[in-house]
Amino acid sequence: MTGLLRRDDGFSGRADDVYESLIRAHQGLSDEESAALNARLVLILAHEVGDPAVLAEAIALAQRTLRRADGPRS
Amino acid sequence: MTAQPRFAPTPAPEPGGRRPVVVIGAGPVGLTCAIDLAIRGVPVVVLDDDDTVATGSRAICWAKRTLEIWDRLGVGQRMVDKGVTWQAGRVFRGEEELYRFDLLPESGHRRPAFINLQQYYVEEYLIARAAEFPDLIDLRWRHEVTGLRQGAEGARLDVATPDGAYALEAEWVLAADGARSPTRTRLGLPFPGPRFEERFLIADVTMKADFPTERLFWFEPTFHAGQSALLHRQPDDVFRIDFQLGPEADPELERQPERVMPRVRAVVGEDTPVTLEWCSVYSFRCARLERFVHGRVVFVGDSAHVVSPFGARGGNGGIQDADNLCWKLALVLRGEAPESLIATYDEERGHAADENILHSSRTTNFMTPKTKAERLFRDGVLALAAEAPFARALLNAGRLSRPCRLAGFSLQTPDPIPQADGLRPGDPCVDAPVVDAAGRAGWLLDRLGGPFTLLVFAGAEAPDLGPLPDLAPGLRCVVVAERLLAVPAAEMLRDAEGLAGLRYGGKPGTAYLIRPDAHVAARFAEVDPARVAEALARATGRSGTAAREAA
Repeated sequence: MTGLLRRDDGFSGRADDVYESLIRAHQGLSDEESAALNARLVLILAHEVGDPAVLAEAIALAQRTLRRADGPRS
Repeated sequence: MTAQPRFAPTPAPEPGGRRPVVVIGAGPVGLTCAIDLAIRGVPVVVLDDDDTVATGSRAICWAKRTLEIWDRLGVGQRMVDKGVTWQAGRVFRGEEELYRFDLLPESGHRRPAFINLQQYYVEEYLIARAAEFPDLIDLRWRHEVTGLRQGAEGARLDVATPDGAYALEAEWVLAADGARSPTRTRLGLPFPGPRFEERFLIADVTMKADFPTERLFWFEPTFHAGQSALLHRQPDDVFRIDFQLGPEADPELERQPERVMPRVRAVVGEDTPVTLEWCSVYSFRCARLERFVHGRVVFVGDSAHVVSPFGARGGNGGIQDADNLCWKLALVLRGEAPESLIATYDEERGHAADENILHSSRTTNFMTPKTKAERLFRDGVLALAAEAPFARALLNAGRLSRPCRLAGFSLQTPDPIPQADGLRPGDPCVDAPVVDAAGRAGWLLDRLGGPFTLLVFAGAEAPDLGPLPDLAPGLRCVVVAERLLAVPAAEMLRDAEGLAGLRYGGKPGTAYLIRPDAHVAARFAEVDPARVAEALARATGRSGTAAREAA
């Protein structure tokens, strides 16, 4: 990590609310719809972030942990 | 486990007059109610259909706030002396430690974040404490309530004992009879809330092992095929291991020692001598009564609300129920507050129950993802947590019990200085080291709670309390300053380490009206006796505002 990603609590103590809103957004969706929703969400949030350098770090972090965890488990 | 005490059945009593309070159930919550009421001078009858303490360790994690309440009741030290003190937890994924958290990363508190203590010890110590009030607490073993009829001024209970039945009249009945509350059933009250299908196994084992005295939580443990496991150290070298079994597990099969022991062996290794003390296979609900007060019957603890065990919010929530209710009940019984004050118990503890249910449901959902999308999010959080601090905030392996904030409810006076630092109306009081006028080191929380208290911070000058003693007779005043000052009609405490001032945002003149359950009822930039008296009236339900809003 080169340090562009924030290390403080970006959720301001409301991480559980945020997580629940993400889970709720997927309720009743098929797996395919869920994947499509996530893609749209990533695009919207990427725009909110804006800075390509920050985004590049976020992508690198996600890729790194994906390899380490051997992909999603079933 | 030590031999379980057996209490002799209490003979059926001679007919007596109407009792102010009858508590049904001598568990931790019912006994805490009885002791709190006795300390306030209210005679209590406690009825229990059994003759002993809890079987098995059951509730084991007791939070700082609970210990502070028991301190006020004179039994906290005994709990802490026997209990295992802890404040840190570790979260693992497989063998990898994702992070370690500290629930109390600062000093200057009398009590630790948590102790672990088997419920049977908690009950034993509360029973011993109750016995110190022989004139006020009448604890009756093997007295089973078989009927309850309510009138406008109280209730009539039918009670069965080994040597016959009798009737008992009570002005108020506290139903502390647990998650399966017969009183709730008797009143025909629905207990709505979701049941979670996931099954869990609790194994309490005795062994000499060097696990750290911390809450250890594993996602996808290497030693167990299920999704999670949790380990806690208890006194007497007893360890609680909680295995997530999945929704398909057969409870009858899974509680067999020949099924349990291999699971335990996988955690502790083959060479450590282990004895199985107690085990239980459980699933749980998150449920609550819509209202906790039904006429003159008030529900406290598990009879009013149940949660998942992750977060230790059941037992600790129940002790806070007792803490919230008993001072109100004592004031109403003494005629110093209107009966409508009891409605604020429902208002405040109903909110607390909702908060406990929300946290514990979220933990359960995190532990048991139900769809592929949920699982992808959950596994994503776990994968990120070791490296990215934000993911640790999302990771939910239990949100451990904390006292509820009561901001915005009818007894609290709206904050006149909302921008100021420190505690706000509705906040639970925090501890700090202090030194009394005789030079003895002590704790601020020992001076708060019990009666209503005005806590005043002072600078170099002694504060002028003016006509306060006349406007608010009986209000205890505690003055905290860097140096000892002469303040008539107040107890003086020295803020030896400056922590009281820091934690309360105490500037010279800042004053807090503290409720008997050590929550802030109101705060003031300076002592204005008329305003203090007004806030006190509101906090005791004697002003129109409070009673109306809670109704």
